[in-house]
Amino acid sequence: MADTPIPLEVRNITKRFGDTEVLKGLSLEARKGDVITLIGASGSGKSTFLRCMNLLEQPNEGELIVHGEPIIFKQTRHGREPADWKQVVRIRAKLSMVFQSFNLWAHMTLLENVIEAPVHVLGKPKKEAIEHARALLERVGLAAHADYYPAQMSGGQQQRGAIARALAMDPEVMLFDEPTSALDPELVGDVLKVMRDLAEEGRTMIVVTHEMAFARDVSTQVIYLHQGHVEEAGPPDQVLGNPRSERLKQFLAPKH
Amino acid sequence: MIDLHGYGPRLLEGALVTIELALLSLVLAIVLGLVTASAKMSRSWLAHRIGTLYTTIIRGVPDLVLMMLMFFGGQIGINQFTDWLYTQFAIDIFINVNEFAAGVITIGLIFGAYMGETFRGAFLAVDSGQIEAGRAYGMNHWLVFRRIRFPQMMRHAIPGLSNNWMVLLKTTALVSVIGLSDMVRIATEASKATREPFTFMIIVAAIYLLIASVSEWGFARLQKRYNVGYTEAD
Amino acid sequence: MEALITWLDSRLADNSIFTLQTLSYYGEGLVTTVQLVFLSLVLGLVAAVPLAIGRGAKRRWVRLPIFLYCYVFRGTPLLVQLYLIYYGVVFVEGIQETWLWVILEKPFVPALIAFTLNTAAYTTEIFHGAIKATAKGEIEAARAYGMSQRLMMRRIIIPSAFRRALPAYGNEVIFMLHASAIASVVTIMDLTGAARFVYARFYAPFEAFLFVAAIYLCLTFAILYLFRYLEKRLLAHLKPASG
Repeated sequence: MADTPIPLEVRNITKRFGDTEVLKGLSLEARKGDVITLIGASGSGKSTFLRCMNLLEQPNEGELIVHGEPIIFKQTRHGREPADWKQVVRIRAKLSMVFQSFNLWAHMTLLENVIEAPVHVLGKPKKEAIEHARALLERVGLAAHADYYPAQMSGGQQQRGAIARALAMDPEVMLFDEPTSALDPELVGDVLKVMRDLAEEGRTMIVVTHEMAFARDVSTQVIYLHQGHVEEAGPPDQVLGNPRSERLKQFLAPKH
Repeated sequence: MIDLHGYGPRLLEGALVTIELALLSLVLAIVLGLVTASAKMSRSWLAHRIGTLYTTIIRGVPDLVLMMLMFFGGQIGINQFTDWLYTQFAIDIFINVNEFAAGVITIGLIFGAYMGETFRGAFLAVDSGQIEAGRAYGMNHWLVFRRIRFPQMMRHAIPGLSNNWMVLLKTTALVSVIGLSDMVRIATEASKATREPFTFMIIVAAIYLLIASVSEWGFARLQKRYNVGYTEAD
Repeated sequence: MEALITWLDSRLADNSIFTLQTLSYYGEGLVTTVQLVFLSLVLGLVAAVPLAIGRGAKRRWVRLPIFLYCYVFRGTPLLVQLYLIYYGVVFVEGIQETWLWVILEKPFVPALIAFTLNTAAYTTEIFHGAIKATAKGEIEAARAYGMSQRLMMRRIIIPSAFRRALPAYGNEVIFMLHASAIASVVTIMDLTGAARFVYARFYAPFEAFLFVAAIYLCLTFAILYLFRYLEKRLLAHLKPASG
C-alpha cells in the first residue's frame, strides 16, 4: 500500500472572497477507496472546498497533491494562480466532478457527452470510448437513453448520465457537489443507489451532500464544516451517532 | 481643418431633414404599431387577418421596393383618383406627391409593421394577473389599458422599440434614392462634384453614429424609468 | 422547354408589359441578387466566426478594434457604406490604369465588399451574443473535465453557440436579401434594378414593383422555411422528448 500514492491530499486550504474568509485552513486526505462526505449548513463552505480541489476556485493558500503530484502555484498581480495550466488540465482529468445541476452539454446526446472528454482530453480511440460508454450507461440504467439529448431526460436520468460521464474518465477521485439537491424527491433514490454501488466497488469519492442516511451508511469519513472550518470529523458512527459539539447536534436534530 | 468646399451648411440642412424624417416616421410607426398590435390580438377574425397580412407583406419585401412603389406608384394612383373625381363630380384638384411626405408615410408604414410585432410581444408579456387585479378593483377596459397594461407593456417594449428606431434611422438613407435631399443625398452630390467621397461619406457616417449613440443613451434612461420596481436580474 | 416557351408566349400575348423580354430581365436580376446575397453571406460568415471569438477576448487590443468595427458598420446605413466603397474606388487616383480596374470596374465587386463587411459585423454580434449565452454550468463541466480553453471553444462553446444563433442568423439572411435591393442604386441589374428598368421603360410602377415585391416575398418565405427546418433538426436537443 505504501508505494501507491495517495489519490488526493489537501493541506491547509484557505479561500477568501474579497474580505470574507470562507475557508479557514482545511485539510483532507482521500486514500484509495475512501468515501468522504462533507456536511454542513449552507454557507459553511463545503461546496467551495470541493471546488478548490479541482481548482474551479483558486485557493489563496494551501497545498494540493493529486496522486503524489503537487500542484505548483505562483504569485501574480491577481493573487495566487497555478503556475502551469497544462498541469491543472492534466490533474482535472483525474478528478471528475458531478455537479448539482448536472451540467451535461446540451447540444450533445448522452452518449456524446460521455465520450467527449475521454476522446478529446484523454485521446482515447473513439471506438473504444463508445464501447466503454455503452457499458457505463448500462450500469447506471440508461442503456436505452444513449441517443437522447439532456433536455429530453428527467433530472434523475441526467444526473445518472452525468455520473456515467464522470466514470468514463477512469478518475482517481470522484467529486460530487450536492448531486441530489436539484432533484425531485422521487428521483433521488435512483441516483443514490448508483452512488452506493460505486462506493461498494471501492471508488474514491468525496461527496458534498444533505443526505444524512447516505453519509451514515456509505461513507468512511464524515466531515462537518461550520463557517469555513472543520467542526467535527471522523467515522460516521462517531460523528453522526455521537456528535460532541452543540452545533452539530442542532444540525442533525430532526426538522419538523 | 477639413475642407468641405462650401458644402458644410447644406450638409447640416440635410442632417436636419434626416432627423425630422426619422422622428415623424417614428411617431407614425408607433401609432400604426399600436393599432396593428391591437388588431392582431383582437377577437375579430377580420382584424386579425388584416393585421397579419400587413405585417407579413411589409416584412417580406425590401424597404427600397416598398418606397419606390409608394413614391412612383403613389403619384399615379393619386392622379387616377383626381381624374376620377373630375369626371364623376367635376371636382378639379391637383395633388402633388411631396417627397418628404412620401418618405414619412413609407417609412412609417414599414416600421408600423415591426412596431406591431414589438408591441404585441410586449402586451403578451404582461402578467394576466395584473390585468385581473385591475378589473377586480372596478377599472374599466380603457382605464386598465392606460394605468396598468400600457406602463407595464412599455418595460418589455423598450428594447424592441430602441432596436426598431436604430434600424429606422438607417432606413431614412434610402429616401436619397427617390430624390429627397437628406444628408446622404447631399454627401453623394458633394462627393461627385469634389471627387472626395471619403470626406463626405465619413462625415455622414459620423453623424449617424452620433445620433445613434445619443438615442442609445436616451433609451437606456427610458428603460430605467420603466424598470422601476423590478430588480436588475429580471 | 420549347413547348413551355410557346405556351408562355401565348399567355403573354395580350400583355404589353410582361413580355418574355421583361421576364428575362427579372430572371437575370434574380440570378444577380442571389449571387450577391449568397456570396456576401458566405464570406461574412467565414469572417464572423473568428471575429466573434476575438470580440469576447480578454485582451483589450483584440477586443476593442472588433467592437469598433461592429459599432461603425452596424450603426451606419449600408447605403453610406456602399457609396463610400463604390465612389471611393472610382475616385482613387490612377486606379483605372492598374490591373485591379478589371475587377473593380464593374459595380458588382464594390457592392460585394460593402455587403460582406456589413453582414460580417452583424453576424459577429449575433455569434458574440450566442457565445456569451453559453450556460455557465456547461463551461464549468468542460473545465472540470480537463479541457483547455481552445478545446472547450472548439467542442463545447462554438457548436452550442452556432445552434443558439440560428434563429437570429435566419433574420440576418432575410435582412441581407432585402438590403441587397440597394445594389440597384449603383447600377447593378439585380431584381430591384430590373424592376426599376421596367418601370422606366413602361412607366408602370404598380406592375413593375408589385411583381418584384412578390418575388422577394417568395424568396423571404423560402429562407424562412429553410431556417425553420434547420432549427427543427439542429435545435431538437432543446425540446423535451414527446415519448
